[in-house]
Amino acid sequence: MNYVRTAFIDVLGGLRCYEIWTMLAWMEIKQRYRRSVLGPFWLTLSAAIMIFSMGPLYSTLFGQHLNDYFLYLATSIIVWQLISTMINDSCQAFIGAEGFIKQCSLPLSVYVLRIVYKNIIIFLHNFIVIVIVAIFFPPQIEITIILFIVALIIIAINALWVGLLIGLICARFRDVTQIVASIVGLAFFVTPIMWKAEMLGSKSWLINLNPIYHFIQIMRAPIIGGAIDAKNWVASALITIIGYAVTFILFGKFKNRVAYWV
Amino acid sequence: MGLITMSTIIAENMAIEFPIYGANSRSFKNAALQAVTGGVISKGVSDKVVIKALEGINFNWKSGDRIGLVGHNGCGKTTLLRALTGAYVPTGGTLEIKGTVSSMLSISLGMEGDATGIENIYLRGTLLGINKSELKRFAEEVIEFSELGDYIYMPMRTYSSGMMMRIAFGISTAVSADIVLMDEWLSVGDAEFAEKAELRLQKLVSNAKILVIASHNSGLIDKMCNRVIHLEHGKVISDKYTK
Repeated sequence: MNYVRTAFIDVLGGLRCYEIWTMLAWMEIKQRYRRSVLGPFWLTLSAAIMIFSMGPLYSTLFGQHLNDYFLYLATSIIVWQLISTMINDSCQAFIGAEGFIKQCSLPLSVYVLRIVYKNIIIFLHNFIVIVIVAIFFPPQIEITIILFIVALIIIAINALWVGLLIGLICARFRDVTQIVASIVGLAFFVTPIMWKAEMLGSKSWLINLNPIYHFIQIMRAPIIGGAIDAKNWVASALITIIGYAVTFILFGKFKNRVAYWV
Repeated sequence: MGLITMSTIIAENMAIEFPIYGANSRSFKNAALQAVTGGVISKGVSDKVVIKALEGINFNWKSGDRIGLVGHNGCGKTTLLRALTGAYVPTGGTLEIKGTVSSMLSISLGMEGDATGIENIYLRGTLLGINKSELKRFAEEVIEFSELGDYIYMPMRTYSSGMMMRIAFGISTAVSADIVLMDEWLSVGDAEFAEKAELRLQKLVSNAKILVIASHNSGLIDKMCNRVIHLEHGKVISDKYTK
């Protein structure tokens, strides 16, 4: 129980330092795109190019109507980029902040919150692609569309525990970074991003075992005007609870070791 | 001086041990293997070495103490200073610090070469915990001190190392604290600026309740400190008041 308390205090302290992580996140974005004309919109542009070239191709391959497939693909890819980059960045959460960790006693969650915040900013830039596609292929707009904001918050909340856990493990075991990268690479293909869960036919229940599917689904369904399935929301909530339980125990236990590991 | 404003640093049987992982034991495979093989082959795969950087450290520092840490390279001075910043939590015993801490150990921490001088001042100010409302005043003060003129609107990578140090020094010495930590005395800039910097640092140090400085310069220790702690192989071998 003491571990959970330690972890909780760290996270609370981290949230309170919002001025620090918001600033660090903006600095990182600015630094990457300094002297480039489009800035962070480069990511938006590359996502747009990917979607606009893959849309017609894959709708033909999968025999889908371009009308609904295009928005499905656009939303899927943008949400996937948010989730996958957060997971991949998490590996470097503490290793990359070595200089800070060894010199000052900020709560460690600051370095994870910075990653979460940075990726949400980039996501909001990319969201423009979804809006543009929706203008060309308008979905049925239902009141449930506002659920996507709730979904974004749930994803951000989960990104925090994922970041703390993966950041911690990667600081101790350096080759986990490679393992995470290959799992995330594989997840792109086994998660319904380019394809739809229904296409699996009688085996489509299998997809429920994929945790990323639920998070993509709670975000995607409200945007494309699809049916809202309680199953995805319950699964996401369960993953949140279990994730935090495991993370808080491990993070609370090993938090003080991170400065020695990085 | 009342009890409330008293600053103290108390260590009880404090130890700091660094695990040194070779490429081998950092791998997840070996840790997993070790777990399943029940330690039979653990001798071969685990090359974990523990360095006892500090061991059995006991002290009780209070307001008014001007502590000089002396000892050979690798005796644990810097590790002790880092522990005092709160970055390293002791692996054994306790370390209790009462009072705000200002660290001069790495004054250019978090500086971004591609960002302008002024952006860096804001970044560092935020890291030091300065409120948004006070940041502007903080920045103005640092800018005035560093005398960089319009250069502060330029990216830091265009600065000479002397200019970079002026800003870093200006930031680190702008906020007073109860406890000041230093690894050797800081001296920056050309002759004229160095004099100004010296005064600023002196002022910061004299305002502090506790000063902890590690140095190889015995003249400096004589001048600045009233209590000298001699470390050797991670242990305190002498601790005495000199004044």
